[in-house]
Amino acid sequence: MPSAIVNEYFRTKKLPQIWCPGCGHGIITRAITVALDKSNLNRDKICIVSGIGCSSRATGYLDFDTLHTTHGRAIAFATGIKLAKPELTVIVITGDGDCTAIGGNHLIHACRRNIDITAIVFNNNIYGMTGGQYSPTTPKYDKGTTAPYGNIDKSFDIPGLAAAAGATYVARATAYHANLLISLIQKGINNKGFSLIEAISDCPTYYGRKNKKGDAVDMLEWQKKYAINVTAASKMPPESLKGKFIIGEFKNTTEPEYTDEYQKIIDNIGKE
Amino acid sequence: MSNKEEVTEKLVINKEWCKGCGICVSFCPKNVLTLKDGKVDIADIEKCIECGQCELRCPDYAIYLRGKKNEK
Amino acid sequence: MKNKELLMQGNEACVEGALVAGMRFFAGYPITPSTEIAELSSEKLPLVGGKFIQMEDEIASMAATIGASLTGLKSMTATSGPGFSLKQENIGYAAIAEVPCVIVDVQRGGPSTGLPTSPSQGDIMQSKWGTHGDHPIIVVAPASVRETFDLTIKAFNFSETYRTPVIILLDEVIGHMREKIELPDISKIDIVNRKKPLVNKEDYLPFKADEDLVPPMADYGEGYRFHVTGLVHDETGFPSNNPDVSDKLIRRLDAKIEKNKDKIVEWEEKNTNDAEIIILSIGCVSRASNAAMKIMRNKGIKVGTFRPITVWPFPEKRLEELSQKVKAIIVAEMNLGQMALEVERISKCMTRIEKVNKVNGEIITPDEIIAKIKEVL
Repeated sequence: MPSAIVNEYFRTKKLPQIWCPGCGHGIITRAITVALDKSNLNRDKICIVSGIGCSSRATGYLDFDTLHTTHGRAIAFATGIKLAKPELTVIVITGDGDCTAIGGNHLIHACRRNIDITAIVFNNNIYGMTGGQYSPTTPKYDKGTTAPYGNIDKSFDIPGLAAAAGATYVARATAYHANLLISLIQKGINNKGFSLIEAISDCPTYYGRKNKKGDAVDMLEWQKKYAINVTAASKMPPESLKGKFIIGEFKNTTEPEYTDEYQKIIDNIGKE
Repeated sequence: MSNKEEVTEKLVINKEWCKGCGICVSFCPKNVLTLKDGKVDIADIEKCIECGQCELRCPDYAIYLRGKKNEK
Repeated sequence: MKNKELLMQGNEACVEGALVAGMRFFAGYPITPSTEIAELSSEKLPLVGGKFIQMEDEIASMAATIGASLTGLKSMTATSGPGFSLKQENIGYAAIAEVPCVIVDVQRGGPSTGLPTSPSQGDIMQSKWGTHGDHPIIVVAPASVRETFDLTIKAFNFSETYRTPVIILLDEVIGHMREKIELPDISKIDIVNRKKPLVNKEDYLPFKADEDLVPPMADYGEGYRFHVTGLVHDETGFPSNNPDVSDKLIRRLDAKIEKNKDKIVEWEEKNTNDAEIIILSIGCVSRASNAAMKIMRNKGIKVGTFRPITVWPFPEKRLEELSQKVKAIIVAEMNLGQMALEVERISKCMTRIEKVNKVNGEIITPDEIIAKIKEVL
């Protein structure tokens, strides 16, 4: 018998999962189920949508209505689901490539609409499923199989992107900071609007090996060492933040939600 | 799966699901765990304070606290 | 009582038909010459509690359409030329995941941006083979405003019956042409809704087909908790690399249309009984074909017309019969001979195949068809 959480929310017959040893995706997927568990939602009114890539395999393991879509399009499919049936809680599981490269357009427009979807971006800084090509979040000068001399692209700041595009809840945590991640996901689900939680994962097989980052333990140690909480960071001089990255809640605002606004149109037509 | 399950008074380990990444071993604050033949193993269960750090970060759901209803 | 007579264009008739069929969701993106379908949907859907959304691009529109259908709403999108190309990947998704949806393609000149405001019939092969891999598809091609209304309803019915994407292949002429039409008594129209599962929720196998090769479909949010993927999957809906599973799935998807062909295929033929020459065409060109036939008949020349209403599956059986009887089949189409390929395949050299093709953005005229008939005589 697996743990109570896993037994309750996973399709345990599908386990063990396919991810590589030490891949942070398993930690993040569990964090999502814990956050859902704490949210006290109607289990049958939750729909989890994913795109293509390592992260997006998560939907197959989760015992909800689940949709494994095409590459980059999870948020667009989820938008159709949410608008068609607003009573559903819609969660999107996506990766750095899926969400910010091929699916970047859908991301910014879902943020702009403030449609009530919670997107969790499993960021492992690489295209893992296809074998380690550089992604929009591969740090500059790091290597990938398609960046053998170092990646010259600047990497995306995903929370910054989402916040600027209009998402009303934006946060970041890591696989190491799994308890923080759980609470941020829970707040994201609770936010009536578009929520984006970046979950920094680790890919020891491709990104780690290619860039001499050590094994999974080393990569989680790195997350522990270099992450600074947003509250602490705000009190620190900029020079002491060099080489660090910030975790925590970046944005939490209230704005009209898309499906509510649409319902108003329907309701008002009769009154005119 | 059940035949590879190791149940102690505090922890349950499912060796079949364990991929031997060592995350639980490294982040256990009390050094309760070790790797044996590429799988997680218990070194000293007496030291376990049931903090749940192993369960929190096991990517393979191969180790968890016994008894307590997890995370609820 | 006489039904109300209305003046409307093909694009409008499409929306009216869709609403009668039960459309409650539309996702689209502006593109000429299909935009009126989105505009009218945005106006009419909220009146019946339905939803309209203008997505950020064509790909997203197709994705949202599929997502909405999974919640149980009858869903449609509309596009033209470049937009149809962009939708192809997700049309394949709808095919393998068996999600009912209707896609309208108001054909315009291509390739690429091509001739945005001019008619074309260049998407005949794309409508069948546009997405990668073997997959089933049903494509209907209206030739008048009234028929656009009727075939849109049929498209939804096919889509719900067979759990497959259905394409309405309009052309710019039919989409924008205004005709006076009389709508039928709506209460007498046959409306099909998707087959729901009858088993307990725990026993539901989302991709286990009934005898008709179509699996019953639950809605998201009903408690069935099922998985849908674009990967090859077994009856449970979960991915599989087993060669037998893949073979079984791809063949079943194909067979569910192929074996029901007799219930799907539709065509119209005129004066084919004694015809020596048949003009074969679809959409707006069929109107020129009928005009050419009339002129030639008046001169005593035995000309008939044949119009596939379902382009895919093609009315193969009937065309094969006719191929044995006639001297020649003239395939008139606004492309360089896409449908002619299919006609050549079906007629197996039993008759002479001649082509009238036009790709300059102008409609094929009766005179151009007559000139070809005179060549054949």
